[in-house]
Amino acid sequence: MKVGLLYSRIRKDEKLLLTELRDRGHEVEKIDVRKEQFNIAEPPASFDGVDIVVDRCLATSRSLYTTQFLDAYDIPVVNSAHTADVCADKVKNSLALERAGVPTPNTEVAFTVDSAMETIEKFGYPCVLKPVVGSWGRLMAKVETPSAAEAILEHKATLGHYQHKVFYVQEFVEKPGRDIRVLAADGEPIAAETRSSDHWLTNASRGGKVAEFELDDRARELVADASDAVGGGLLGVDLMETGDVSESGDSEARQAESDVDYTVHEVNHTVEFKALNDAVDADVPSEVVDWLESKAEQATGTEAAV
Amino acid sequence: MAETITAEDPLTGEEIEIPADVEVGEIVDSPATGAELEVVSVDPITLEEAPELEEDWGE
Repeated sequence: MKVGLLYSRIRKDEKLLLTELRDRGHEVEKIDVRKEQFNIAEPPASFDGVDIVVDRCLATSRSLYTTQFLDAYDIPVVNSAHTADVCADKVKNSLALERAGVPTPNTEVAFTVDSAMETIEKFGYPCVLKPVVGSWGRLMAKVETPSAAEAILEHKATLGHYQHKVFYVQEFVEKPGRDIRVLAADGEPIAAETRSSDHWLTNASRGGKVAEFELDDRARELVADASDAVGGGLLGVDLMETGDVSESGDSEARQAESDVDYTVHEVNHTVEFKALNDAVDADVPSEVVDWLESKAEQATGTEAAV
Repeated sequence: MAETITAEDPLTGEEIEIPADVEVGEIVDSPATGAELEVVSVDPITLEEAPELEEDWGE
């Protein structure tokens, strides 16, 4: 098959994918989004003959628009424009999870400092303020006092882009020093890891320590439901453990010994997996390319020709 | 040890060693300054200072 890899930066994640695709004999067209012009009627020549495009844009804004253009050109793209649209915005993400009945932290949105303060006071301290668009844990605030809340809201209202005036307030979930990242392809887990840190932000990109995690049936069910809720695709589903959490790494023991449940706080659509690949036994890029081959096959209605 | 090639660091003008299998679009860290450099060409090998992190970057 011929795969278009849409990118602006070749991270280790993209390098792993490129290597796997080339090792299998697939033709790869690297398409630097910074060099393209997207006409409303005609696709750029770089996309000629591609069976499927993999959106690996680092910038969310580019990802959102390019996937819409590819949809308009009838060029298959993963993830889809719909999935990108839902996942790129924390409000849409939370609404989709709630609508699908997936447990997710209680969240409210307010548009003025005063109304946001009312939400914060209602949620109590600590609670969390997040930017509606953003990643890698940037600009997230754990709000522990009323005076801190007032200061953060004032800063966001005064200094921020208009998006920062959409105040996304979320309950603080007492997680056991770690959260869980599941890489899933159309709801089917490829691999999972815990990300642990003494800091309340456990993102791997912020230095959270990663370790392989064995999913139990409940977690698998929630990953499938969360994936469906946002439109499917290759996703990073983030869960936090709630309830009486055992430290056991074994999923059956954990279920038997404790009253663990999960809440899904986010689904990511241009998911990074290099840290996961290093932490788990599974060959992550190989499984991702297996899935890409099946998606290309579905899209073209033929075997993924090498 | 992985094979390396030499390239000119655009910030310092020094010759630096980078992995031989780099490709266009890849980011390498300058061993001299720690700055992120983008591979803009592999034949000849050419590096430029990588763009600054932007607010909507991420996953």
